[in-house]
Amino acid sequence: MLIKKAADIKASEVTPKELFLKRRQFIAAAGVTAAAVASNGFGLLGDDENVAAQNPAAQKFPNLKKSPFSTDEKLNSYRDVTTYNNFYEFGTDKADPGKYAGTLKPRPWTVVVEGQCAKPGSYNIEDIMKWAPIEERIYRLRCVEAWSMVIPWNGYPMSEFLKRFEPTSKAKYVQFKTLVDTKQMPGQTEPALQWPYVEGLRMDEAMHPLTLVGLGLYGEVMPNQNGAPIRLVVPWKYGFKSIKSIVRVSFVENEPLNTWKQQQSSEYGFYANVNPQVDHPRWSQGSERRLGEFFRRKTLPFNGYGDQVASLYAGMDLRKYY
Amino acid sequence: MFKPIVWVLCLAPLVYLIYSLYQDLGVNPIETFTNTTGIWTLRLIMITLAITPLRWLTGINQLVNYRRLIGLFAFFYASIHFITYVVTTFFVGGFSNFDASGLAADLTTRPYIVAGFTAFVLMIPLAITSTAGWIRRLGGKKWNWLHRLIYITAMAAVLHYYWKVSIKLVPVNPRNYAILVAILLAFRIWRHFAKRAASEV
Repeated sequence: MLIKKAADIKASEVTPKELFLKRRQFIAAAGVTAAAVASNGFGLLGDDENVAAQNPAAQKFPNLKKSPFSTDEKLNSYRDVTTYNNFYEFGTDKADPGKYAGTLKPRPWTVVVEGQCAKPGSYNIEDIMKWAPIEERIYRLRCVEAWSMVIPWNGYPMSEFLKRFEPTSKAKYVQFKTLVDTKQMPGQTEPALQWPYVEGLRMDEAMHPLTLVGLGLYGEVMPNQNGAPIRLVVPWKYGFKSIKSIVRVSFVENEPLNTWKQQQSSEYGFYANVNPQVDHPRWSQGSERRLGEFFRRKTLPFNGYGDQVASLYAGMDLRKYY
Repeated sequence: MFKPIVWVLCLAPLVYLIYSLYQDLGVNPIETFTNTTGIWTLRLIMITLAITPLRWLTGINQLVNYRRLIGLFAFFYASIHFITYVVTTFFVGGFSNFDASGLAADLTTRPYIVAGFTAFVLMIPLAITSTAGWIRRLGGKKWNWLHRLIYITAMAAVLHYYWKVSIKLVPVNPRNYAILVAILLAFRIWRHFAKRAASEV
């Protein structure tokens, strides 16, 4: 009879350090949540709900500057914002990014700047975060799929970011690209879209005071599933314009071909301004479901930011340039 | 004699759906409710379509005793699915404001809605004529012809799902349902020609 010797613990059985740390984080988070629930007497959570639900391990922004551009509408919860995402780099289901974006490593992170500008180069995320005071901007987000949220973003104006690179007169558009790395973004092994995800803005859109470099939300650095560590936030356009996890910024002369337009140009255009008058071929854009509400509400032109941005499109046929 | 079991099995998805939403609404409960009732409609249609081939394969003719019940449950889920869509999409801001023209536009111009609505509407005569009385009134032959509308319903329902998901993305689930419908219908075509060949010999 063969008597096998008990083997030593195999290397493959040792818990990787990240996983070990993640478990500790999870336990800590569970503890905070349980304490919050208990202190609320298991009743409905009050205003503390969002604070308790945040990631306790995430870096916080200490002194957030308030902004006159913020809406006073009711915020969607931290849970809404971080568990209902379109981020196909982690899967096409809206719950996928919240479940699987743990593989993304937002530090260290470099953004490459190139094209029609005086100061191209590679810039470190830690430096980028110090280039301007971090503000709180509470914006409506309207997805092209006809749902919407209200999100307290943290970041600073895109103009502050772009001006540093001194774009030349030939820079008519700015193009952004998301990271491509199938290890960090396992959804990229599927041909759901063509990778990398590409988006772009006309220079005047990019320099508009509403356009934000998104660095966080709810007072903490950007959660992975929301596009850590740096993303675009353009509140008057459908959500797909607000590209996530940016690694490359290019100043270009011609209109960039953005991913969704490339995917299906009859349904998605370059401008993608929120417009209740121009329907998606498969559904109406006249109304939307604000997550958390039973009835739909009317969709506003430019997502309610018409007073600030409509002039950017004066004289343009927005049925043609959708 | 297994009818109570069929009742329980057919109601279980709805009970579970309501229970899980009661436990935790999630971020978009209306979407969850609409999608789940839709997918169960499709599954129950597939099961009703599978009964005849299963009879041929297994020789268990009693299976046909459960077809009407399952078919009616498919119609039940389809009705909930349709009503949810109408109520949660076209009452804008409250029950006092119904966007009838929006509904009319959706039902007639959006391909995935047209397909889904067709599938639903064609189930109505089948549900109405599902009683013994109607079978008698129509006669077996006519009744059988009428109830072949379920083939169109099945194809339209899959198209509805396929177009809803997307045009260009590769929708795995709708594709699997399309394959299933193709197999279930191919079975009938094959049987039709096999029977004819046998009668000619």
